[in-house]
Amino acid sequence: MVRVLGAVTVVALAAGLVAGLGLAPREATQGNVQRIMYLHVPSVWVAYLAFAVVFVASIAYLAKRAEAADQLAHASAEVGVLFTGLTIATGSIWGKPTWGTWWTWDARLTSVSILFVMYLGYLLLRGMIEDRERGARYAAVLGIVAAFNIPLVHFSVTWWRTLHQPPSLMKPGPGTMPPVIVATLLVNFVAFSLLYAYFVAKRVRLLRREAEATS
Amino acid sequence: MNRHRKFIVGGAVIACALAYMIYAGVTQSAVYFVTPGELRAAPVPGKAYRLGGMVVPGSLRWEPRTLDLSFTLSDGTATVPIRHKGTPPDLFGEGRGAVVEGSWVADGYFRATLIMAKHSEEYKAPHDASAAGYKELIKTLRGDGR
Repeated sequence: MVRVLGAVTVVALAAGLVAGLGLAPREATQGNVQRIMYLHVPSVWVAYLAFAVVFVASIAYLAKRAEAADQLAHASAEVGVLFTGLTIATGSIWGKPTWGTWWTWDARLTSVSILFVMYLGYLLLRGMIEDRERGARYAAVLGIVAAFNIPLVHFSVTWWRTLHQPPSLMKPGPGTMPPVIVATLLVNFVAFSLLYAYFVAKRVRLLRREAEATS
Repeated sequence: MNRHRKFIVGGAVIACALAYMIYAGVTQSAVYFVTPGELRAAPVPGKAYRLGGMVVPGSLRWEPRTLDLSFTLSDGTATVPIRHKGTPPDLFGEGRGAVVEGSWVADGYFRATLIMAKHSEEYKAPHDASAAGYKELIKTLRGDGR
């Protein structure tokens, strides 16, 4: 089952790569550097998704005290941190040639840094408490609290003056991108979401085995 | 005991990092840049500002040999003349958004130390709008593109 998911993910990622490099046009203003968007935006989408899953799984854990919910939250947070890191890295690489700087402390970049550090802290917290039940409980509380960063990151560009441009997708009003760019983004959204599911499935299985081995 | 200490040290590190980021965020990013109108209202010579606006068409002067760059930033109501020494980023240009870091000089201009281009959320295909992306990319890889 997980193996099939892995194979589908590879195919989807390959399709995303072909779409991003071949199907999508060279953007009129930015040129080829705009193609980083096909990694950058799906990465942050997966980060949002991952931390939303942490939020739901944490509530489920506190309500039911099911170990499976805790393992899901743990795995999802790890993958979310990875993709937040990828978002920051690709954004920085995109920022240098277009904005003229690798980094600036505007509201978007600051809020995404806070998001990154909070979930790093979440993983650190998990690693520090040896008592499993207590650790899971503390982590669940932090997993719920930290989720309030997600809307902060997403709306930072509309709430404050920033260097980062406002969103082109997931916003009200008419689209600001031609259909071919939207389609390419969608292919990569699907591919990255599959990759997320694959990583989480693998990690949850490993966590379950670990729990079985130590109990 | 040891576990507790790790917990406290780790927590303190996270708390400090967060406090710093929120501090930096609120003091600098809440008003990430001032507009030409806001700067004109109360300019303090020598104080570091981040100034954002549109590059007024026709105002851009660029001397490649001396790297002297000058232009005017506008927010529609007020304008500020900017001087800079260096190379602007690719997306910088007349009629586009820009954010500059620097300070107000009492002589009546803004000396910028960093020029950043602010681009819009619009993405456009090239004029022919066909899927010429692949060919374009190959051309770039060969080195005869832009």
